[in-house]
Amino acid sequence: MDILKFITAGSVDDGKSTLIGRLLYDSEAILADQLEALHASNRKNDDGSIDLAILTDGLKAEREQGITIDVAYKYFETDKRKFIIADAPGHIQYTRNMVTGASNAGLAIILIDARKGVVEQTTRHSFLVSLLQIPQVVVAINKMDMVDYSETVFNKIVADYKVLAGKVGLTDNITYIPVSALKGDNIVYPSVNISWYKGDSLLHHLENVAVEVDDSSAHARLPVQWVVRPQTEALHDYRGYAGRVSSGAFRVNDKVTVLPSGFSTTISKIELFDKELEEALAGTSVTVHLQDNIDISRGDIIVNSAGQPQLSSAIEADLCWMDTRPLDTSLTYLIQHNTKTVRCKIREIVYKVNINTLEKDYDGDFKLNDIGRVIIKTAEPLAFDAYQVNKANGGAIIIDSRTNVTVGALLLREAID
Amino acid sequence: MSKYRLDYLDELEAEAIYILREVAGQFEKPALLFSGGKDSITLVHLALKAFRPGKFPFPLVHIDTGHNFEETITYRDEMIARIGEKLIVGHVQDSIDEGKVIEQKGKNASRNALQTVTLLDTIAKHQFDACIGGARRDEEKARAKERIFSVRDEFGQWDPKRQRPELWDIYNGKIHKGENVRVFPISNWTELDVWNYIRRENIPLPTIYFAHQRDCITRNGQLMAASPFLNMDSEDKVERKNVRFRTVGDMTCTAAVESYAFEIDDIIDEIASSKISERGARMDDKVSEAAMEDRKKGGYF
Repeated sequence: MDILKFITAGSVDDGKSTLIGRLLYDSEAILADQLEALHASNRKNDDGSIDLAILTDGLKAEREQGITIDVAYKYFETDKRKFIIADAPGHIQYTRNMVTGASNAGLAIILIDARKGVVEQTTRHSFLVSLLQIPQVVVAINKMDMVDYSETVFNKIVADYKVLAGKVGLTDNITYIPVSALKGDNIVYPSVNISWYKGDSLLHHLENVAVEVDDSSAHARLPVQWVVRPQTEALHDYRGYAGRVSSGAFRVNDKVTVLPSGFSTTISKIELFDKELEEALAGTSVTVHLQDNIDISRGDIIVNSAGQPQLSSAIEADLCWMDTRPLDTSLTYLIQHNTKTVRCKIREIVYKVNINTLEKDYDGDFKLNDIGRVIIKTAEPLAFDAYQVNKANGGAIIIDSRTNVTVGALLLREAID
Repeated sequence: MSKYRLDYLDELEAEAIYILREVAGQFEKPALLFSGGKDSITLVHLALKAFRPGKFPFPLVHIDTGHNFEETITYRDEMIARIGEKLIVGHVQDSIDEGKVIEQKGKNASRNALQTVTLLDTIAKHQFDACIGGARRDEEKARAKERIFSVRDEFGQWDPKRQRPELWDIYNGKIHKGENVRVFPISNWTELDVWNYIRRENIPLPTIYFAHQRDCITRNGQLMAASPFLNMDSEDKVERKNVRFRTVGDMTCTAAVESYAFEIDDIIDEIASSKISERGARMDDKVSEAAMEDRKKGGYF
């Protein structure tokens, strides 16, 4: 069994709450006490059935009380897979929350109301999904019951969406599913009302879709988190570099380079607690030993010598601003990339993107929820990959050193000069 | 491709180890809050994986209410002896003696609420800037929104409105003096994940998690262990029951469930079959009774 993290994008009107509710309800992931509350509730749908949106309404009530405007995580599992839903609010003012929820997602469900088709916010959601390189996309065309389960309507929306997908650069791995979250069509169970649809139900798809795996050893990366150095008599010479393989895989005897110093050596041993491993795969937290004694500390990155990242202190990147204080290009911020934190400045704002229309413009400020292209200058060089090529080594955050708050998300692209 | 796939327990483990190492790397004076329950026992096991053969870069901190199950303290001391790490104990009794908190009166008196003061005092005394805890997001709705690195002000308060965005697996541990960060490495685990991991890793647990005979009284519909800490009167009828505990806290506020789960496999069966209500506290008895009944039908006896 493995884990799939996914996000749902869509406003309340599109039936996001009902969709999540239906998914949990029909897959029997609802707790007994919640179930009782559901059945006991006075809020019913028009046809007298229970209103599944209530399941996420608890969150809404909290939002009204001002407790949160943030991502909530929900957990459920089937016999095949464990699921983590990052439930982010859909409105434009919560763009930063969608970015937060989407940063770890392996799949995004984009909801479209069958009556309305592709609308402005579909563009916004799709742009963010594309920007963050979420590997799998499901376009759930909802409220099919309100359009008489019409195949023509479905086909028209699919065609329209394909045009939009091309514009935002979403090309692969898009699955279209006609659903009715309200009635339960194609959410967990295949729909009897949509006989013309031959694909899988949403849950069946979620259970079986390939989880993104980076098996390219050329992009093997291990940011060093911690140097294990017991310095006891018995372990006098023990020196292990602990960290999580962020992409690719390392094997014993692999030729590796340590950045930013640039020294090369080979891996002599890989350990996981009391086990010795032949190979450390992406995602595993291990301790590696190197043939030669090199000065390595937290913030350094061990990479496969055959496939090295870019190394630069001037980098072009996409920036999503997440703070109520606008970006100030005269300020020095901190950038945290992997395990390394250094000072930085935003040297230039190249453009901003209007994420509803995809037009590029720049009106002089860069504020909360703005997204655009910038050039940053860092106090020390970063060893990074383009986010598009290697998400794990291409993302970074910006911290305001006055407040210590995370104020921006950076998707690194290319070394400048 | 398949060989690159990690099992879900491997994935949860790797994530937790990564988070523990981030704490070690980012903070000056971290601590691991140890309650003697299964979640913090799991954290200790993960810390062994993260830092051995080196020492832990933090002490374990136990806030001792003085009303603990004897079995928990025995387990704690044996564990510390086994792993050879440093333990700091903050005593609620000290806070009471210093007049910082006042012991509750009455039949349902408990020291549960008092321990927060002792915890904050212990944090202040040792100037801990990060406290690792075993809370999970599946526990309740408010927890579902908490970050893995959760900043607390000098009063230990969590402000949901001031949470930092948490992107990818980059955790921002920057704080001002006086603030500290609560870190939850097993945020993404469920109760069942913890049990499955304990079974897989063969982690020893305090004996009270397993079914045993104990003198109990029924209070407010809950089975409480009879003990000198519980304010009992003539109305309380002591009965010998076959019980175990699902969570481990104070004797005055931790209820037992009737159970014949003597082995970890039995416990996992019990939890899995009662999964739909694992957090509906009042449902506990009902469901484990049904689970018991089902097992009897299945020929358990």
